[in-house]
Amino acid sequence: MADKDTSDLLISMRGINKAFPGVQALENVDFDLRYGEIHALMGGNGAGKSTLIKVLTGVERPDSGKILLLGKEVSVKSPQHAQSLGISTVYQEINLCPNLTVAENILIGREPMKWGSIHWKKLNTQAKEILLRILGIDIDVTRTLGSYSVAIQQMVAIARSLEIEFAKILILDEPTSSLSTHETEQLFGVMRKLKSEGVGIIFITHFIDQVYKISDRITVIRNGTLVGTFDTSTLSRMELITKMIGRSITVLDEMLKTKAETVKHIRGENVLQARELGQTGEIEPFDLDLHAGEVVGLAGLMGSGRTEAASLLFGLETPDSGSLTIAGKRVEKFSPNASIKRGLVLSPEDRKAAGIVDDLSVRENIILAMQAGQGWFKYISRQKQEEIADKYIHLLDIATPSADQIVKNLSGGNQQKVILARWLATNPQVLILDEPTRGIDVGTKAEIQKLVLSLAEDGKACIFISSELEEVMRCSHRIAVLCDRKKVAEYSGEVDQNVIMHSMAGEL
Amino acid sequence: MKQTKFSPSLRKITESKLFFPTLTLALILLFDLITVPNFFSIQIRNGNLYGSLIDIFRNASAVMLLSIGMTLVIATGGVDLSVGAVMAIAASVAALLMNPYVLATELPPHLMKLINDPQFTYQPLWIVIIVTLIVATICGLWNGLLVAYVRIQPMVATLILMIAGRGIAQLITNGVRIQIFYEPYAFIGQGWKILPFSLYLVAFVFVIAWIITRRTAIGLFIESVGINFRSSYFSGIDEKKIKLLAYSFCGLCAGIAGLVASSNIKTSDAYNIGMTLELDAILAVVIGGTVMGIGGRFSLLASLIGAVVIQAITTSMYAIGVQAFALQAIKGLVVIFVILLYSEQVRGFIRKLTVQKEAKP
Repeated sequence: MADKDTSDLLISMRGINKAFPGVQALENVDFDLRYGEIHALMGGNGAGKSTLIKVLTGVERPDSGKILLLGKEVSVKSPQHAQSLGISTVYQEINLCPNLTVAENILIGREPMKWGSIHWKKLNTQAKEILLRILGIDIDVTRTLGSYSVAIQQMVAIARSLEIEFAKILILDEPTSSLSTHETEQLFGVMRKLKSEGVGIIFITHFIDQVYKISDRITVIRNGTLVGTFDTSTLSRMELITKMIGRSITVLDEMLKTKAETVKHIRGENVLQARELGQTGEIEPFDLDLHAGEVVGLAGLMGSGRTEAASLLFGLETPDSGSLTIAGKRVEKFSPNASIKRGLVLSPEDRKAAGIVDDLSVRENIILAMQAGQGWFKYISRQKQEEIADKYIHLLDIATPSADQIVKNLSGGNQQKVILARWLATNPQVLILDEPTRGIDVGTKAEIQKLVLSLAEDGKACIFISSELEEVMRCSHRIAVLCDRKKVAEYSGEVDQNVIMHSMAGEL
Repeated sequence: MKQTKFSPSLRKITESKLFFPTLTLALILLFDLITVPNFFSIQIRNGNLYGSLIDIFRNASAVMLLSIGMTLVIATGGVDLSVGAVMAIAASVAALLMNPYVLATELPPHLMKLINDPQFTYQPLWIVIIVTLIVATICGLWNGLLVAYVRIQPMVATLILMIAGRGIAQLITNGVRIQIFYEPYAFIGQGWKILPFSLYLVAFVFVIAWIITRRTAIGLFIESVGINFRSSYFSGIDEKKIKLLAYSFCGLCAGIAGLVASSNIKTSDAYNIGMTLELDAILAVVIGGTVMGIGGRFSLLASLIGAVVIQAITTSMYAIGVQAFALQAIKGLVVIFVILLYSEQVRGFIRKLTVQKEAKP
């Protein structure tokens, strides 16, 4: 277990305790990081991974415990201080400035100067070089960061933190959750290179595959306490998952059964029908049908047009061609509000920016869309609100001290459940779920997948969007494949994964 | 997750939006109690109550009215700089409706007499009030359109009317400061029925605003739009209409405040009515704990207390003999103190205090 020899330790955290109002987030946690190792930090939602990282990077102060950096005790006062100590972090949620250019974001605070002002030309060439050298991507660095996809933004965040020259310790908090396979490989290349240079990397992810591919050791945290630190080579996947969720995982097996059963629940009833629906520059005209009790997966790479297709269906954008018919009625007015009233809802990809309302309570977040559907004046009484909130907290097993907890104090997976609850409360007929399992631990992921299938069983129709092809295949009765903002294929029944991957790559 | 034990009552008090404004007000009043003799004495004349304490509330009424509307606007993540100017516009409209003859160059003698007749009004009072408030609401609507539909930043959008408003007020009265002689109008700002009449107005507007925001879904939507307008839009909330409503209501409140202010000084003085009051109103809301620039959670009552705090500072300073010219500087010092109270550090400190107390059996 824990290494007694401390000479090769970059960081040693001992007996860390941290409590938030109502919650003991970390209890007596130890953690070590060696020179030149990739150390995976694993645990379910709300296990305390993020809190541990925040303590290490000075975002939060521990209530007790000590941190040894290269054998010397330090007290990390702020993220800036952590950076000056050589601890760099890329957070799960991107913490860059979307309204600045890519180049400015990379070199902010370290801009090349000339005659007392910023040397823009040099800034842009330097930034371009950095991106090419570190990640091997070539993009226009003078465009604003916000105009790029989440994946590119994430890469920029990584490039920025790697660029800080003396980084001895690099923390990657869910860096791959929005990256494609190819981009992930690129990132792993960079990680291996840094490792050979002696950098210690703390890698937080929910992808078990990736942990086994890249990490040397694994530390598992559960409910704020340390389960243990293990060598990756000696810990089987099953053991790891069991340690993470504290019980053996049978949900996944159960699920496969459920899917087979739900097929027979699909009714002929057509609840959504898109014909030649398209928007110039966003997505080429496509046809899509959805039946009650059916789950249709949208597969495709980042930027293939999945999210754009979903936005059109939900009415965030107005199509400039084709028609959309929902429950037999042709849609004339495209707006989220109108869609919700029609019984069609969208759980958006970007949980932080378009999903949760972080200062409102769990209860208010859950009833928000339902209330919006009822209008300004038919106010849902407090008592009714509490009933609804309690119902969904129970149903989706949302881990929160109470319905009145502010939603931003919840972990990512539980926030996602709150958003799902918000949509379920409107009793929709069609649910579009855009990356509902992004950045969520295995246990919760399985729960959500299971939920999708049980919704279908209840006669609801779902569109399931995910970057993980396996997940799409596991949940969907039918799969539509998108590539380069165009629907290229549709498969139903048992399909070979390779076939889908080829059409995702545009080769079919 | 393990629960740490804490007694909810003490924390509830310190975390409440009302805690800091009330604490500040209590501190100021304590200061008065010690330094100013008879500060708390209240006399009864003709069944009406008079005294320094009553004066504080009466003089705060305009800012209290403004702060109610301003709270909603700031909660949506915006700000309204034009409320002072809208007060001036309202005053001009009201004055003109009551006595348009003032503007005439030549008048027959029988009309000439009416100009300073305390019983004369050209339009009945109820029409004067309704038209004035409609004009003020339109001013707010204009701000709302610029912010919600044209998508101009609130600070800039309302700056337009802040600057243009006093010009418009002048245009309405043709550049004349109209004196208001009509006696019943004076009751709005100066009337007394046990308590000053303007306080009943404040209470009325407060109750209406409270019902609109807390007995319908509008309050929740305002908070939601302020915290995250994209999430709100995705959830089906019409954020544009919510903003429009908030700015319009803010204009309406400014209109009522304009009536009170012009009734108080009995003129339509475009260059004095509501001057810099927008800043006091914003400050009142900030003292009330609604976060400027971010919006979100708001408390109407806390904003009202914030308005009283500002007036209490002014009145207390005068009471201990601070000269008018030094007042602004001292007000600034007090404001810094108040804002410090709100800082994360102080809050964290207080949180720690309460946690420690709770830890003891």
